[in-house]
Amino acid sequence: MKAFEYTIKDELGIHARPAGMLVKECKKYQSNITISKDGKTVEATKLMAVMGMAVKCRQTVKIQIDGPDEETAYQGIKAFFEGNL
Amino acid sequence: MVKFFGKPVYKGIAVGPVLVMKKGDEQVKRSKIENPEEEIRKVDQAVEMAQEQLQKLYDKAVTEVGETSAAIFEVHQMMLEDEDYLDAIYNIIRTETVNAEYAVAVTGDNFSEMFAGMDDEYMKARAADVKDISNRLIQCLGGGDENDFAFREPSIVLAEDLSPSETVQMDKNKILAFVTVHGSANSHTSILARMMNIPALIGVPMDLDKIQNGMKAVVDGFQGEVILEPNEFACREAENKIAKEQEKLRLLQDLKGKDNVTKSGKKINVYANIGGVGDVGYVLENDAGGIGLFRSEFLYLGREDFPSEEEQLQAYRQVLQTMGERKVIIRTLDIGADKQVDYFNLGKEENPALGYRAIRICLKQPDIFKTQLRALFRASVHGNLSIMYPMITSTEEVQRIYEIVEEVKQELEAEQILFKLPEQGIMIETPAAVMVSDELAQMVDFFSVGTNDLTQYTLAVDRQNEKLDDFYNPHHKAILRMIQMVIDNAHKYGKWAGICGELGADLELTEEFVKMGIDELSVSPSMILQLRRRIRELDV
Repeated sequence: MKAFEYTIKDELGIHARPAGMLVKECKKYQSNITISKDGKTVEATKLMAVMGMAVKCRQTVKIQIDGPDEETAYQGIKAFFEGNL
Repeated sequence: MVKFFGKPVYKGIAVGPVLVMKKGDEQVKRSKIENPEEEIRKVDQAVEMAQEQLQKLYDKAVTEVGETSAAIFEVHQMMLEDEDYLDAIYNIIRTETVNAEYAVAVTGDNFSEMFAGMDDEYMKARAADVKDISNRLIQCLGGGDENDFAFREPSIVLAEDLSPSETVQMDKNKILAFVTVHGSANSHTSILARMMNIPALIGVPMDLDKIQNGMKAVVDGFQGEVILEPNEFACREAENKIAKEQEKLRLLQDLKGKDNVTKSGKKINVYANIGGVGDVGYVLENDAGGIGLFRSEFLYLGREDFPSEEEQLQAYRQVLQTMGERKVIIRTLDIGADKQVDYFNLGKEENPALGYRAIRICLKQPDIFKTQLRALFRASVHGNLSIMYPMITSTEEVQRIYEIVEEVKQELEAEQILFKLPEQGIMIETPAAVMVSDELAQMVDFFSVGTNDLTQYTLAVDRQNEKLDDFYNPHHKAILRMIQMVIDNAHKYGKWAGICGELGADLELTEEFVKMGIDELSVSPSMILQLRRRIRELDV
């Protein structure tokens, strides 16, 4: 299992469009990917659930990746956060 | 004639017949079904059909209102793929053996309630998106006839609320204005209205059932007013305003992208004075070269406690990012005198104009000042920022400011926070500053003359006292000579000088200012275009 933490820099937080893009990115991989904030965890492939977390700017989320392609997923998703959020 | 008031989300005036948009029969009936798997297949087909519609809407929106606003339809497509949403629909069909339409309606309500209950204005507004996709699915389940928004003549659209889909489907050339009973400034309808450049009002408490199609109405997006069946006077007034707007547009078309140079080739920067983040739109709309005076007081007024560094940073950053490469000059806190704020506990003064205000507060209470400077320096990396200090009377004050600036710099460096030191200038609004402007010019990057205070202090005339109106003469030679002196001293040391007081917009004086060698004039957004035209006419 791979995991990393990331603090959101985008002023709007994980709002609708980036949430959609994140879900799209996560669906590329076979691994089971979750995103957590303040003890709440949801599957990162579910848009409304991700939006429902209402992650705001400067909040920190934890991403956990577990599965056969976790190494590539880790790289891809980390790059996505750094580039978009 | 009946008037209603609402919140304008886009300025402009429209006169025309109204068209009341009523939602189709939204009552979805619940019925028992025999074969749940058959219903689920129907849902899947409807999803596919909805996806195609959304793709078309997305394409239409991209060409009409641009990619950023169109992105909402991409989000709708993704929402329709959401596993939780679809699973919820399937579950209801399977466990309750009910029809697909009902399952979609219930699911849509549940998810939109989840968003509506969130503690975040942006996410709250997403409830409308969930409703929108659910209604679309229900329509598709019923065979897929989309609402027909074909109008016969250009109309003012009245509705309870408009979904993004509805807004984009309408024929743009036939819409004069949007007026909705509900809606938020964050909603896509508002954003789209802004992109489409049509007046729009939200939160207008009208009873749509009492309004008939074809009734005449005036929508005033400046006043936030709708007038139903206006009388002759109101109509004439509206038409005058429309003519004025058109004149402005014509000027804009003539001037857009052109330099503000006199016939003899002297370039003058024409910037705008604004008092809040919300005014930035007017700056761009009037094609100002930058913001010459951004009053930062709005951050402090109308609240219970000091604004935090983060709060300030966000506001400054938003303005800087919106303005891009254009210069933004933010004036540090200018509270006191006629602008009182309770939590500053300033106390009553015999003579507030000569009292504890502006930079004096900042120097006496450096904590307040430092918070603002930290926010400004941090925001500075996001655009072309300059800052200026108000109410300066001496070089010692500037010296003291620079000491505080140095402390702030060191703190930020120690905390490894990204920042950039902006250009620093001062307001020239006291006769004392004028008299020592030769020395001040060697310390700062620029001067901006605040003519309102300079006039009051020079002529010893209280601006608040109506009895003295006849004595308040901003064209007084004393003032004009002072401005000349300030410009000369700035230029002597290679600095620039501008005017940000009301006198800057006085078209009778433009020629004289240009002759004096002024580099910049900063005026209210509504004066920008006229001033630019005046400058281009000059031959000095």
